[in-house]
Amino acid sequence: MDILRTLRETFLDFGAMGQSLPDLVRVGLPNTLILALCSAVLGTVAGMLLAVSGLSGSRWLRWPARIYTDIFRGLPAAVTILLIGVGLAPFGLTIWGPNPYPLGILALSLIASAYIGEIFRSGIQSVESGQLEAARALGFSRSTGMRLVVIPQGVRRVLPALVNQFIALVKDSSLVYFLGLLATQRDLFRIGQDQAANTGNESALLLAGLFYLVITVPLTHVVNYIDSRLRTGRQGDATERDDTGDDHLAFALTREAQ
Amino acid sequence: MSAIAPGKSKVVSAQPLIAAPSSVATRDVHFAFGANKVLRGVNLDVKGGTAACIIGPSGSGKSTLLRCVNRLLEPDRGEINIGGRSVMGDDPDALRQRVGMVFQHFNLFPHKTVLANITLGLRKLRGLSREEADATALAQLDRVGLRHKSQVRPGTLSGGQQQRVAIARALSMSPEVMLFDEATSALDPELVKGVLATIADLAGEGMTLLVVTHEMGFARRVANTVHFMDHGQVVESGPPEALFEAASSRRLREFLSQVL
Repeated sequence: MDILRTLRETFLDFGAMGQSLPDLVRVGLPNTLILALCSAVLGTVAGMLLAVSGLSGSRWLRWPARIYTDIFRGLPAAVTILLIGVGLAPFGLTIWGPNPYPLGILALSLIASAYIGEIFRSGIQSVESGQLEAARALGFSRSTGMRLVVIPQGVRRVLPALVNQFIALVKDSSLVYFLGLLATQRDLFRIGQDQAANTGNESALLLAGLFYLVITVPLTHVVNYIDSRLRTGRQGDATERDDTGDDHLAFALTREAQ
Repeated sequence: MSAIAPGKSKVVSAQPLIAAPSSVATRDVHFAFGANKVLRGVNLDVKGGTAACIIGPSGSGKSTLLRCVNRLLEPDRGEINIGGRSVMGDDPDALRQRVGMVFQHFNLFPHKTVLANITLGLRKLRGLSREEADATALAQLDRVGLRHKSQVRPGTLSGGQQQRVAIARALSMSPEVMLFDEATSALDPELVKGVLATIADLAGEGMTLLVVTHEMGFARRVANTVHFMDHGQVVESGPPEALFEAASSRRLREFLSQVL
């Protein structure tokens, strides 16, 4: 029974949770969301550029994209964040002042773009070659055909993987604490961790963990929702589908085969 | 994607459905995939406004030849003439706007509605407004009998319907020449008829058609000329009755004995 009580006091001390709750809501949550959102946007844009470069016919685009991807996918996130955040701190200081966020966001974006670039590349490559051929046969150039026809389909196919990457990003954002954060710059993890370090009680950290789950669990359900939609086809079409047309039988057969 | 709402729609004139048909000629066209010489000096003449069926065994270079005509593949050597003029110096993207192509596997854009499949080229390449493009596209869908499917996605259509949409998409650009690459080979047998009828209609309207096909009955009925390809060359050309009834080459006789 002593063990149970110790566990309860260590993890479920509602007093300690209550103490850290205002900071978690007012400081930690916004900061974590800022880090994750900014690096998700930047990482997605850079990832698309990497994917397109990686698929380019020119080796001067392809090779740099591959090398970049190998490096930032191969390094531990903590190493990249320290190298960028501490190594470039003198530049950051002159541009942004004593705020580790820009460099933290930069480091997170660099890491995310390497993964997202590979996700986009696999999606784009999975689109049948006939799609680009049909676009070019209409008179579109290769690049316009990619932009209007191939890339939209490729991105659609990898949306679940992309959302998974966003989830990883939310969690990795906690690593910016390496860069030394002022009280108002602390993210969810750092606030929970500070409280735990000061009191020897992990309850605040557990609460911080619950905040992460509040962000990430809905995202996983978004993944599942997108995935099932991609599998079953679009709802809209099911209602528009009508069987009054000709070639009735084959229509049913092709639906079955899909 | 807004349908043209009845009563609300502006009156917009559709583009002419057919541009003046052009002749097609290839002169000593060579093409190789690496070491694999697929075309070995193809000479082909198709008069403007006539239907030419290209027949021959698998791997004889029929589909590759079609792709050289609109320069989806660049010939290694030789000349393509359309409308009596070489197109080898033309901008290939501009050339392909003048030459429509229909594929074995339809290659409709699955993320776009049927209507948007057809209007994409009209709006982005021809610069038509949404109303003009919709009107042109609906006119083409009327022609293949699928106006009522304009708002669905291609994946919900049967193979035959998808191929007719693909034909409408190619026609919407008012091509001078239409290329058909085994347009019925991927279809269930009962759907072949509808697509062939659509192609036969185009022949009847006086379009220039190059049709790669395994449908010998269709070639015999609809084609003005039939061209037999084997090993990357046109071995024999002529009116269908001459080729099918009195083949002069042994290779064509062998081929016909296998497929008829």
